Amino acid sequence: MKIQSKADLEKINREYSSRLYYPDTTKVLVGMASCGIAAGGKAALEKAMQDFPGGNGVSIRQTGCLGFCEVEPLVEIAATGKPRVIYQKITEDKIGDVINSYLENNFKKTKWILGQVRDPRSVMEDHLENPLSKVEPLEKIPFLEDTPFYNNQVKIALRNCGYIDPDSIEEYIARGGYFAFLRALFDHKPEEIIQIITDSGLRGRGGGGFSAGKKWATCARHHGDRYIICNADEGDPGAYMDRSILEGDPHSVLEGMLIAAVAIGSSQGFMYVRNEYPLAVKRLVTAIKQAESYGLLGENIAGTDFSFNIKISTGAGAFVCGESTALMASLEGKVGRPRAKYVHTVEKGFRQNPSNLNNVETFANVPAIVSKGAEWYAGMGTEGSKGTKVFSLVGKITNTGLVEVPMGTTLRNIIFDIGGGVLKKKKFKAVQTGGPSGGCIPEQYLDLGVDFDELTKIGSIMGSGGMIVMDQDTCMVDIARYFLDFLEEESCGQCNPCREGIKRMLEILTAICEGNGKEGDVELLEELGDMVAKASLCGLGTSAPNPVVTTINYFRHEYDAHIKDKKCRAGVCKNLYYYEIDAEACTGCRVCARKCPQDAITGEKKEVHQLDQDLCIKCSICYEACKFNAVIIK
Amino acid sequence: MNQVSPPTAEQCVDVAIDYMELDKIIEEEFGTDKENLIMILQAIQRRYNYLPQPTLKYLAEKIGVAYSQIYGVGTFYSTFSLEPKGRNIISICLGTACHVRGGERVRERIIDTLNLNGKHTTGDMRFTLEGVRCIGCCSLGPVIKVNEDVHGRIGSDEVEKVLEKYE
Ligand SMILES: Cc1cc2nc3c(=O)[nH]c(=O)nc-3n(C[C@H](O)[C@H](O)[C@H](O)COP(=O)(O)O)c2cc1C
Ligand code: SF4
Ligand code: SF4
Ligand code: SF4
Ligand code: FES
Ligand code: FES
Repeated sequence: MKIQSKADLEKINREYSSRLYYPDTTKVLVGMASCGIAAGGKAALEKAMQDFPGGNGVSIRQTGCLGFCEVEPLVEIAATGKPRVIYQKITEDKIGDVINSYLENNFKKTKWILGQVRDPRSVMEDHLENPLSKVEPLEKIPFLEDTPFYNNQVKIALRNCGYIDPDSIEEYIARGGYFAFLRALFDHKPEEIIQIITDSGLRGRGGGGFSAGKKWATCARHHGDRYIICNADEGDPGAYMDRSILEGDPHSVLEGMLIAAVAIGSSQGFMYVRNEYPLAVKRLVTAIKQAESYGLLGENIAGTDFSFNIKISTGAGAFVCGESTALMASLEGKVGRPRAKYVHTVEKGFRQNPSNLNNVETFANVPAIVSKGAEWYAGMGTEGSKGTKVFSLVGKITNTGLVEVPMGTTLRNIIFDIGGGVLKKKKFKAVQTGGPSGGCIPEQYLDLGVDFDELTKIGSIMGSGGMIVMDQDTCMVDIARYFLDFLEEESCGQCNPCREGIKRMLEILTAICEGNGKEGDVELLEELGDMVAKASLCGLGTSAPNPVVTTINYFRHEYDAHIKDKKCRAGVCKNLYYYEIDAEACTGCRVCARKCPQDAITGEKKEVHQLDQDLCIKCSICYEACKFNAVIIK
Repeated sequence: MNQVSPPTAEQCVDVAIDYMELDKIIEEEFGTDKENLIMILQAIQRRYNYLPQPTLKYLAEKIGVAYSQIYGVGTFYSTFSLEPKGRNIISICLGTACHVRGGERVRERIIDTLNLNGKHTTGDMRFTLEGVRCIGCCSLGPVIKVNEDVHGRIGSDEVEKVLEKYE
C-alpha cells in the first residue's frame, strides 16, 4: 500500500496502536540491540521461540534497547488487561520460567523483575489515553519510571527504543511516526519548517553544537543538487547512542532526514555508517525498504512531486572521517582527509554541491519537534542548550547505560543518582566527556549542569555524549597518553602541527609514563599543545590537546608524582609501582597464588603470602582477585 | 595510518582468484561506480579476508581509478588489510571504557599467550589480533570479540581458556 494522505497513515496508526497496546497474545519483547545480544539476548530469544512456537497465546518479538545495559538481557512481557513487566538479566536458562510465571500471574521472583511500566506512551502520544490506566498495578513492585535509573530521564531521541520492533515500520507509525513528515510535506512551507527547527534551539548532537536550523537555512540558500547526509560514524570510543538509535528506532532518523529534505529542498540523502555497526546497517536497510514500499521514500512521495532516496555507505575505520569534509571525501570513495573550510560544506560539500550534514541524534529529535512544536522543545534545557541529550554512561560506573536527560542536569545527578555511583564503591576521580577532543572533569565540578557552554568553560566539551567515569585506579597521565596515542594513530597526517605535534606530545607522555619524565616536561606539553590547537587544520588537531591540558590543570599532582617521585599511585604505569602483599590483611586464601601466571606468589594455606618482585610482570591478576584488598600498590 | 609490513614467508600463500566471481562482486552489487570504491574493497575483503594485490590491480582497470589511489585508500582505512589474516580474528576493544576497565592488561595477556612479539598474526595462521575502538558493549568491558563471538567482562586470567576454543 502506498500512503497518499494523513488518513492513510491514521488507518495504520490506529490498527497497530491497538495491537501494540492491546495485544491479543501475551507479548514477550526481548532487547536485541548489539549489547543485549552480546549479553545473551539472542540466545534467550531463540530459546523462547523454541519453547513457545506460537499458537499458544504467546508471541515472541524483538525490540531495541531500553538503555539499561548493566542488567541486559532485558525482557518485557505484556498482555491486555495485565501489567507490563520488565525483567532483568534474563538469559536463555531463565526465559522459559519467566514467561510461565507471567502467564500464571506469579510475580514473586522479584529479583528477576526490574519494574513495571506505569505508562508506555511516548512523548508523541499525549492524545492517547494511558493504555495501563485501567490495569491494576502489581503490589510491592516499583514502577520503572520511579527507579533511580529512569526517573530523571526524558526520552525524546530514544522515544521508541525498547518499545517497538525496529524492523516494523507499522509499529513506528503506531507510535506517531511519519505524521510530522506528512505535516511538513502538506501543511508547512519549507521556510516554516526551518523556522520551527531554529526556534526550538536544537543544536547539533555530533559534537560541534551548531544550530541545526541555521545550518538548514544556509544550505537551502545555496543552489545545486542539495544533499542531506546523516553522520553515523560515531567514532568517539565509549559512545554508542547513535548505534542504539539506529538499531532500536531507525525510522526516527529516516523521518528526520525526510523532513530536512523537504525543508532544504533535496532529493538525495546519504547515511554514512561506521563499519563496526553491521546490525545498524541491517536494520537501516530493512527500514528503507519498508518506507519505500509505503511510498514514504522514493519517487513521488505520498503522491506529491517530492522525491527522496537514501543510500547507505559504510566507513572503513577512520576516526577522522566523522569530520564533515573528510566524511564527504570518503563518501566519494576517496581517502578521508579533511579540507580547509574556506567554503563551507553547506555551500560546496559532497560532489561540490550544497550538503547538509547532521548527526543521527540530531535527526532523531526532528520529528518530535515538528510534531510538538518549537516551544515545547525549547521549554526544556538551559538558556543556550535546549531539549535533552543522550549520554552513554560507561567506565567505572555501577549502572552502565544510555541515559537521556534534559540539558542542564548535573554531573552528580547523572553519575551518582542515575548511574548509581562508582563501581565497587571505589573513589571517584574524574569523568571524561567529549571523547578524544574532550577533557577530564574532576570532582569539584560535579554540580555543574551539563550543557554545551558549561562544559566548554571548564576545558572539556559536550562532544557526542560519551561519559567515561574514572576511579582511583585510573591514572590520569596514562589517560592523556591513551588519547594522544589514539589521535596519533587517527591523524590523517596532512598537516604538520597535528601530525608532528601530537607525535612529540605522545613521546613526552610515554616517557613520563615509563618513568623517564624530566623536570619541564609539563611546560613543554603545554607549549606544544597550544601550538597544535592553534595551527591545525581540522577539529581533530585543534582539540587534540584537550585531554592533556585538562589533566594537567586538574591533576597536576599526578604528573609531578610520575616525574619527580617516579610513582604511579593508581598502579597503571608499570615502571612506577610494584605490588606487595599486606601481611596484616592477607588471609592466606591462596587465590592469588593459584591465578598468578608467573608463579610469583608463594605461601602456605592460611598463612601470609609472599610476592616475588623479580618474577612479577604486573599483570594485575592478583590485585583484581584478592577479596581482602591484601595486594597493595606501592 | 595503519602500518603495512611485507608479509612473511608463511603468509605468502597464493590465493587463487576467481576473476568471474570478482567481476560479479564489482559489477552486480556496485556497478562500476567510483564512489563505491570503499564498499567494493570491503566486499573483496569479506571474500578473501584481506585485499590480495591482484584484485586491486584488476579493480583499478575495471572502475577506472588509478592503482595508486586504490592502494592509498587500502592503506588509509584501518579495516583494510593488505596481508592475509589468520583463521580466527581476535578484536580487542581499545575504547576508553574498556581501557579504564583494564583492556590494556587483557591485550598484554593475549600478546603473551600467543607469543606475538610485535606481529599481528601467529606463525601458524591460527590467530590475528586486531585492536578496535569500542564495539558498543561498554557495559561488558573489557571486551574481546573472537570472530563473531563477544566475550565480555573478560579477566586477564581468562584469556587462555577463551582462546583455546578456537582452532
Ligand atoms: C575529528 C572529528 C570527528 C568527528 N566525528 C563525528 C562523529 O563520529 N559523529 C558525528 O556525528 N559528528 C562527528 N564530528 C562532527 C562533525 O564534523 C559534524 O560537526 C557533525 O556531524 C554535524 O552534525 P550536527 O550539527 O548534527 O552535530 C567529528 C568532528 C571531527 C573534527
Ligand atoms: S588536523 Fe590532523 S587530522 Fe585534521 S587535517 Fe590536519 S593532520 Fe589531518
Ligand atoms: S588473594 Fe589476597 S588474601 Fe588471598 S592469599 Fe592472596 S593476598 Fe592473601
Ligand atoms: S601481578 Fe600478575 S605476575 Fe605479578 S604477582 Fe600478581 S598475578 Fe603474579
Ligand atoms: S542496553 Fe542497549 S545498548 Fe546496552
Ligand atoms: S569501549 Fe570497549 S566496547 Fe565500548
